Amino acid sequence: MSNVFMGMPSLPVFGDGNLHIDEPFPAAAHRELGNTQMRANLRHATHTIRDKRLKVVGELPDWEELRDAGAATKNLVMANLPALLEEFEKNFTARGGIIHWARDADEANRIVSDLIKEQDTDEVVKVKSMATQEIGLNEYLEEQGISAFETDLAELIVQLGHDKPSHILVPAIHKNRSEVRDIFLAEMPNVDPNLTDEPRLLAMAAREHLRRKFLSAKVAVSGANFALADSGTLAVVESEGNGRMCLTLPETLITVMGIEKLLPGKEDLEVFMQLLPRSSTGERMNPYTSLWTGVTEGDGPQNVHLVMLDNGRTAALADKYGRTALNCIRCSACMNVCPVYERTGGHAYGSTYPGPIGAILTPLLTGIKSEENSSLPYASSLCGACFDACPVKINIPEILVHLRGEDVDSKRGEKKLPSQMDLMMKGAQWAFSSGKHLGLLEKGLPLGKLAAGRDKKIKRLPGIAAGWTRSRDIPAPPTQSFRDWWKKDHRPAAATTEQEK
Amino acid sequence: MKIALFATCIVDAMYPQTARATVKILERLGHEVIFPSGQACCGQMHINSGYMDEALPVVANHVAAFEAETYDVAVAPSGSCVASVKHQHPILAERCGDAALKARAEAVGAKTYELSQLLVDVLGVTNAAEQLGSHFAHKVTYHPSCHGMRSLHLGDRQLDLLKSVGGIEVADLPEADQCCGFGGTFSMKNADVSSAMLEDKAKNIESTGASLCSGGDASCLMHIGGGLSRTKSNTTTLHFAEILASTMAEPVSVTGEVFVGKGGK
Repeated sequence: MSNVFMGMPSLPVFGDGNLHIDEPFPAAAHRELGNTQMRANLRHATHTIRDKRLKVVGELPDWEELRDAGAATKNLVMANLPALLEEFEKNFTARGGIIHWARDADEANRIVSDLIKEQDTDEVVKVKSMATQEIGLNEYLEEQGISAFETDLAELIVQLGHDKPSHILVPAIHKNRSEVRDIFLAEMPNVDPNLTDEPRLLAMAAREHLRRKFLSAKVAVSGANFALADSGTLAVVESEGNGRMCLTLPETLITVMGIEKLLPGKEDLEVFMQLLPRSSTGERMNPYTSLWTGVTEGDGPQNVHLVMLDNGRTAALADKYGRTALNCIRCSACMNVCPVYERTGGHAYGSTYPGPIGAILTPLLTGIKSEENSSLPYASSLCGACFDACPVKINIPEILVHLRGEDVDSKRGEKKLPSQMDLMMKGAQWAFSSGKHLGLLEKGLPLGKLAAGRDKKIKRLPGIAAGWTRSRDIPAPPTQSFRDWWKKDHRPAAATTEQEK
Repeated sequence: MKIALFATCIVDAMYPQTARATVKILERLGHEVIFPSGQACCGQMHINSGYMDEALPVVANHVAAFEAETYDVAVAPSGSCVASVKHQHPILAERCGDAALKARAEAVGAKTYELSQLLVDVLGVTNAAEQLGSHFAHKVTYHPSCHGMRSLHLGDRQLDLLKSVGGIEVADLPEADQCCGFGGTFSMKNADVSSAMLEDKAKNIESTGASLCSGGDASCLMHIGGGLSRTKSNTTTLHFAEILASTMAEPVSVTGEVFVGKGGK
């Protein structure tokens, strides 16, 4: 056997780019929890969106049926993905579009960069896009001497502030308006030095700044919310109209899209255009929805490219218990209702995708063995609020538990010494796999009194349980278990009638 | 009706009075209660912590213990453990490649009810004062635990039962549907976030002016009660089964520290 590359990539190909948390979630969360201004901003923002969402969702008598339809459509797409991708490619190409397939972040970045260079420019305008965040396109282009200008207002705030997005829909959710004003004053060229933090004035300053870019840019880069297989149509759903400017003004449009964004056909938009705006911004309908199909002579971009991104999606699709995470339509409802996200913010999750969906999607794309990403599935109390809010019914808690199992299994055998958690679970397995064992152990309950103080409370436990007793007492255990009481002392009450008091 | 009690491990070992209250209520209604002696734990801690191999014998034990007896329905005073029995057991068995156990787990799960589910849906209890003689002259608030609310869709069953207790005053809990932050080993692995969630829950409970917070899951109540105790709050926690079991003649003691009952005496 020679080592010559034969053209067959080994599977699975895991995702790369901005998908790697560089410290374990608990450590990142500890730091972010200390940022009281951010926590106040986030609490206010998430609760506002939450309430708006509940109101508009409540207006639809068939909301649950819509969720079922959304889930069913997405499941169908995932089950037929290869055929649908080929159908899309055929139709997209027939209408003058050029399709590129990217196995991972690096391939996608190189394709986009080469396409920009072909147009002899070193500036591009960008429509808000999660896929390009995921692959770290802006950073890559910067290395290549190309400036990418974010045109979504919140992305602009984040970019000008040399910050990272902390939410997939509201990237600057962690900033309040006076912080936004400070960023504009410091970073925006030709800004009015008397700018106040009035939202209207902030928006006007941004508009003036952006308009110059729209009119001069030769190339735009976008993502896509949907791709319709039966016509080769792409769609972007947005609020500000800046996306529409990018999608229509420049000569060249390069779209980067995950392969899971497909829908079979335009009638599916009926379902998803009801689900998405209500779940994301809490609006009945978003202000701008742009759909484009290939090239139209004399109207809009004349060079239309699409980079189809895998970056770990095929690997995620191969996971029987995790694959429905690919059904995600990036609405962000799960993060808006998540009690963990609300307190830690998006940066604690390290990846482009924060919150509950990020805690499953990130390790699914990169593989559970990837660095610290294995800490993400534990970033949840499994309260289930995310599952209830998800417009395509992704059972996030169940997938979190599944990935915890993958994590534990992946570490079996590789460690020399079992962790405290391993030992605790092993001990509990013995105790909990037989009534006799548990009964025997319960005979020792009175010993627990020794650990308790005079106030009958246990205030300090060692090791991994120390985190519990940092903010919580544990009651001294009883002297007799229920099991023991039942055996020795239970006397069935004489049957009484319901009326008797 | 012959009812098999699944005490749950935490109630069996830490809060026996909650199980005794459950027995009392069911016997008061004229039913026969049995306690399958092989039972131990639902295995939820193992499953939710990712220790699937270790969970399998725990789940298999639960299934075998409840297959060993004949009864009409099984009941547990816990939404979380019942959700595990009904939903997690079959999935775990499937994941571990044990199709036979999956089918057996489904059969046991189908017969297992959370206490308020059994009382309201099966036994037709809608007025605790009238049908159970429940009396509890205190101001309480109520925290709906996540798994009961979202996995079992219990709705207001527990709360409505509490409201129908004689002499009780029930105060609405602000942001009641927010998780208390327990989440099993989450409270150890992510202790900081868990504590931040608990802090908000405790503040909301104290804002009601109630002398105690009731609920349907001993684990969440231990978590909330533990936090309230640490901050020297006057508010404590008590399982709703104990409030339902409390009568004029035999009131549950709430003098001093209640803290999910006082442990066995």
